[in-house]
Amino acid sequence: MTPASASAFAAPSAAPLARLSGVGLRYGRTVALRQVSLEVPEGGTLALIGPDGAGKSSLLALAAGARRRQEGRIEVLGGDLADPRHRRGVCHRIAYMPQGLGRNLYASLTVAENLEVFARLFGQGRTERRERIAALLAATGLAPFADRAAGKLSGGMKQKLGLCCALVHQPDLLLLDEPTTGVDPLSRRAFWRMIQQIRAHRPHMGMVVATAYMEEAAGFERLLALRAGRVLAEGAPAELLERTGTTHLEEAFIALLPEGRVDGAASLREPLPLRREEPAPVHFEQEPIVIEARDLSRRFGAFTAVDRVSLHIHRGEIFGFLGSNGCGKTTTMKMLTGLLPASEGEAALLGQPVDAEDLRLRRRVAYMSQGFSLYMELTVRQNLVLHARLFRVPDGAIPRRVKRIVERFGLTEQIDALPASLPLGQRQRLSLAVALIHAPELLILDEPTSGVDPAARQAFWRELVDLSRRERVTIFLSTHFIHEAEQCDRLSLMHAGRVLLTGTPGELKSRWRTASLEDAFIRALEEVQDTDRSEEPVPPASGPAAQLTASLPASLPAPPPQPSPPPATPRWRLSPERIGCIARREALEVAREPLRAVLALVGSLLLMVVMGYGISFDVENLAFAVLDRDHTSLSRDYAANLLGSRYFHQAPPIRDDADMDRRLRSGSLALAIEIPPGFGRDVQRGDPTEIGAWIDGAMPQRAETARSYLLGLHADWLARRAREESAEPGQPPVVRIETRFRYNPDVRSMVAMVPAVIPLLMMMIPAMLTAVAVVREKELGSIVNLWVTPVTRLEFLLGKQLPYVALGLVNFLLLVVMATLVFQVPIKGSVAAAVLGALLYVLGATAFGLLFSTFLPSQLAAIFGTAVLSILPAVQFSGFADPVSSLQGLGAWIGRVYPTTYFLLICRGTFSKALGFAELREAFLPLLLAWPLLLGLSTVLLPEQES
Amino acid sequence: MRPANVWHLGLKELWSLAREPVLLALIVFAFTLAVVSASTSLPDTLHNTPIAIVDEDRSQLSSRLLDAFTPPQFLPPRRISAGEMDARMDAGLDTFALDIPPDFERDLLAGRSPTIQLNVDATRMSQAFSGSAYIQSILLQEVETFTAQRADRRPAEVRLVDRVRFNPALERSWFGSVVELINNVTMLSLVLTGAALIRERERGTIEHLLAMPVTPLEIMLSKVWSMGLVVLAATALSLLVVIRGLLAVPISGSLPLFFAGVMLNLFATSSLGIFLGTLARSMPQFGLLLMLVLLPLEMLSGGTTPRESMPPWVQIGMLAAPNTHFVLLSQGILFRGAGLGVVWPPFLALALIGLVFFAVALHRFRRAITAMGE
Repeated sequence: MTPASASAFAAPSAAPLARLSGVGLRYGRTVALRQVSLEVPEGGTLALIGPDGAGKSSLLALAAGARRRQEGRIEVLGGDLADPRHRRGVCHRIAYMPQGLGRNLYASLTVAENLEVFARLFGQGRTERRERIAALLAATGLAPFADRAAGKLSGGMKQKLGLCCALVHQPDLLLLDEPTTGVDPLSRRAFWRMIQQIRAHRPHMGMVVATAYMEEAAGFERLLALRAGRVLAEGAPAELLERTGTTHLEEAFIALLPEGRVDGAASLREPLPLRREEPAPVHFEQEPIVIEARDLSRRFGAFTAVDRVSLHIHRGEIFGFLGSNGCGKTTTMKMLTGLLPASEGEAALLGQPVDAEDLRLRRRVAYMSQGFSLYMELTVRQNLVLHARLFRVPDGAIPRRVKRIVERFGLTEQIDALPASLPLGQRQRLSLAVALIHAPELLILDEPTSGVDPAARQAFWRELVDLSRRERVTIFLSTHFIHEAEQCDRLSLMHAGRVLLTGTPGELKSRWRTASLEDAFIRALEEVQDTDRSEEPVPPASGPAAQLTASLPASLPAPPPQPSPPPATPRWRLSPERIGCIARREALEVAREPLRAVLALVGSLLLMVVMGYGISFDVENLAFAVLDRDHTSLSRDYAANLLGSRYFHQAPPIRDDADMDRRLRSGSLALAIEIPPGFGRDVQRGDPTEIGAWIDGAMPQRAETARSYLLGLHADWLARRAREESAEPGQPPVVRIETRFRYNPDVRSMVAMVPAVIPLLMMMIPAMLTAVAVVREKELGSIVNLWVTPVTRLEFLLGKQLPYVALGLVNFLLLVVMATLVFQVPIKGSVAAAVLGALLYVLGATAFGLLFSTFLPSQLAAIFGTAVLSILPAVQFSGFADPVSSLQGLGAWIGRVYPTTYFLLICRGTFSKALGFAELREAFLPLLLAWPLLLGLSTVLLPEQES
Repeated sequence: MRPANVWHLGLKELWSLAREPVLLALIVFAFTLAVVSASTSLPDTLHNTPIAIVDEDRSQLSSRLLDAFTPPQFLPPRRISAGEMDARMDAGLDTFALDIPPDFERDLLAGRSPTIQLNVDATRMSQAFSGSAYIQSILLQEVETFTAQRADRRPAEVRLVDRVRFNPALERSWFGSVVELINNVTMLSLVLTGAALIRERERGTIEHLLAMPVTPLEIMLSKVWSMGLVVLAATALSLLVVIRGLLAVPISGSLPLFFAGVMLNLFATSSLGIFLGTLARSMPQFGLLLMLVLLPLEMLSGGTTPRESMPPWVQIGMLAAPNTHFVLLSQGILFRGAGLGVVWPPFLALALIGLVFFAVALHRFRRAITAMGE
């Protein structure tokens, strides 16, 4: 422990929880943060606000230790985060929730399993874990969905789960990156109440939250406004209001931005000015109906996601869709676009029934899905141009249109950037821009402004109003922003698959006699939930919002009075619990996808049959033909001699030289024999004569073997001739050659192939299984859990490897059983040696796959790399066909270090040669070295933080 | 179908690939260094073959036999004792061990037909069969010459003159390099189309495409042409620069004809890749499927071992694999200098297989793509 952290514990109130000073960060040439300093005292709360791309996320990632520090000093919980020892020591006291809809979650695991993974990583005991998970699920309303796969949750529900995962251990510092983006108002209230409760119990806990909701930011002690990586302003909310002379934080935010940054920012003092601009109500009823849904339903198995939804939306109308997360909004929208067939009911767009095949209809509609679904590999401009082309915008009009739309959405500076490098809010804007590029008549937008900063949101709404009022574009959108809902012409409130009510914002407010729309919705939702409760018995923990938070203190275990000191485990001591946790999770993922294990096991058995029977290095049935220019009994005898062997079978005789050439060239002959004229006479007289043999050398191995057999048969024939000739003066001298094919007396291909195929299969399949294991997490985002939880890189890799090692061993046993029972090729030597060899080999093979997984950047590259770099050496350089000793050049070197070489020796030794440990000990040593070497290399190559 | 959509979507695929420098580097590696190492490492089948001789006769004839085994086919034979033989073979030190019995020469001249024992390590598959036949013919020839001299009789004057066509020195690197190229063509086209499809699905971009005025046929065709082009370019680079240039493998046939064959093959394999991409639900599954498909394609298509010696059901089954025909036509064109008049059957077969694969893949792709929204 560093002296600094020791003193921090001695006087806990002296040091701030986090102190960042002069922090700078750049991605390539782009500056993300410049000279940012902040301080969070014990119990302090700080909100980060600022436009998209201001550096909020980078700042949080740095403070969480997920990203490598570049400039400045980052002290968190009494020590420097640049010190890996300190970082590892304090990470269990930090809760970090990254941005994006559940990017750090495991999609195939259920809600409960996800929480379990995080709780175990932070070393919680069984009871503690259970209690906390139950409390968190109840508090966020996720309890009924505990057994649903995280990937199947709606966007907002994923967000909630991400929160629960961040809060599952008892942190002293909460770092939340837009935690409530995409979360419905009811859950958002519940969430903040839950945070309040936790803070009441842990008054020293501090938090830093990035948010796009200004009403949320208003509740924080201090605000830090960022723009373009610099601190724009800092202070209490009241101070900022005072400084800008505004009454509302949303306005203050916009006022803080330099003039001209957002077009017309100076005039945007009033948020979302739609109503004021359009005092005269438009009579939409007279307009044609653009979206019509009648009793639209959608079921997934037993679950009804959408239940008899009916809607009529008129031309030019802005129609809002509100409702709690997972209530069926997205499903309804997908059915309307034709992406998802309806289980029942009908839908029509622009007067035509929805038809997935109707391309003309698609050209008139734009759909923007919840998650970012544009091409990460194309730049902003390329994405826009591609979509314009696909929607058949005339080529000449494209540059102008692109230019206009990037200006509208403030993406001019990012036009040549890749979306992957853009912050979430800017990506969202790009999605919108893409949706609008072809000037559609109907816009279907699924939470288009989630994660977008207030200024951009405002600009976006102006755009919508413009489209609706001027161009009569119909807009159907879902949102969780009440401000936005207020601007809609009409609204529907959805809950549990049903539309509860529809009307103008005014109508809804007056119906519930509330001043704000938000209150009206919460009332409406609470009412249905109450009736839901009375209809079905539900555990009391998941009651409506009020009860829910009231029950929280009881269900959350009391925190320790002092912040718990970091566990005194040395950095290099491996924790079996954490390895077990990672292994368990990986195994669960495999179990969720049983096809993977089945493919590995059944596939390898199948391959063993096909390759065992199919591959033979012998030659048989090669086609040969004779060009007999002699036509004597002797010449026919010579040909018959060849025919008597199993190696050659005779094709129709060759007519002439041209015929021979043609047939050899086409590959229909492997061997052509030319018997010269006068052959019979010359042989009888003992005159020298020559038989010509033309061998197809295109496949050298086949040619070589064929030639050897031909030479043998020729020598046989000569010996026979000699015997027959010298019949009179006694027995001719003859030598008999007895060929013993050792280890495989019947020269069955199987016997030689089976022990050779096993090492091939057991290299490629385990390596491929692990090859995507790590890079997949990198691509999907859950790798961040490695960076911010106490798990070390080695623990992570070991845990990942374990399930596949087990699978590989099962595979080996199955192959051995099949070899013994089906192919009658049992292990004749030491079974223990074979199994130990297999264990070492599988450890090596899986570590080999992990190595690719850690240093290659994408799953695609990992799969290709593993295929190229495992098949070639295993098949060619490991002694499968040619002994390693006779290889040359680079291959000989690879063969000497490649693990397959040695396992092949062990397999052939134990299966065919009846050998044991003593004889094979030299093959074990390289295998023993392979695993630690490969795993060590992977560990070094795996980044400990995002760089 | 709109050709413009196919064109623009295909360009998008090329951009995606261009933004993955590591993958590009791997591709270059596979088509250059891997081809070189695969072809230059291959020994001739009988090259430096380790042979040991237990000479219990120690006669003039037995030492003559010993001298008959010469490099480069054989390592200088090692005289060992009878007791050493088993242990040496167990350890894999010798592929062949000859046992010449005591009184061999005397028995032979007395017409008692003595027996030489030839022990073969049958687990050394590539050497075992050709080597044993070769050794037998050497022994028979030596004995015949020896006895003929003793009996003052002219040895038989029938000489077998073997001429190997298309590859006179039986350089295995010629064929080895082309086989490795063929393997890489298959592997890369499967990965580029199949894995890229799964990646699009995992990122949600396929679903996004569905809401746009493009058809599954357009999406599929765009992938086939663009990725086919990439593999074709890699093949041309490999064949012209590496195989013909660096490895100096003489190419006897028409290159345009060969590239036409490559294109047909790519049509089939990239359709197969898309098919696999629709079968697999995730990238890990795809990786496994790839291995399960690649191994038989590579090992049984006739590139590694001769088709003739495979069991009939394997031979027939492998006729459905594009690789089998591709290997046939590559051999024919590149080494035997065959023209279309000779190699049209594999061309036709490839075209048919490609069409069937494409149709099946399109059908699956259509179905998978509509199921994707769920």
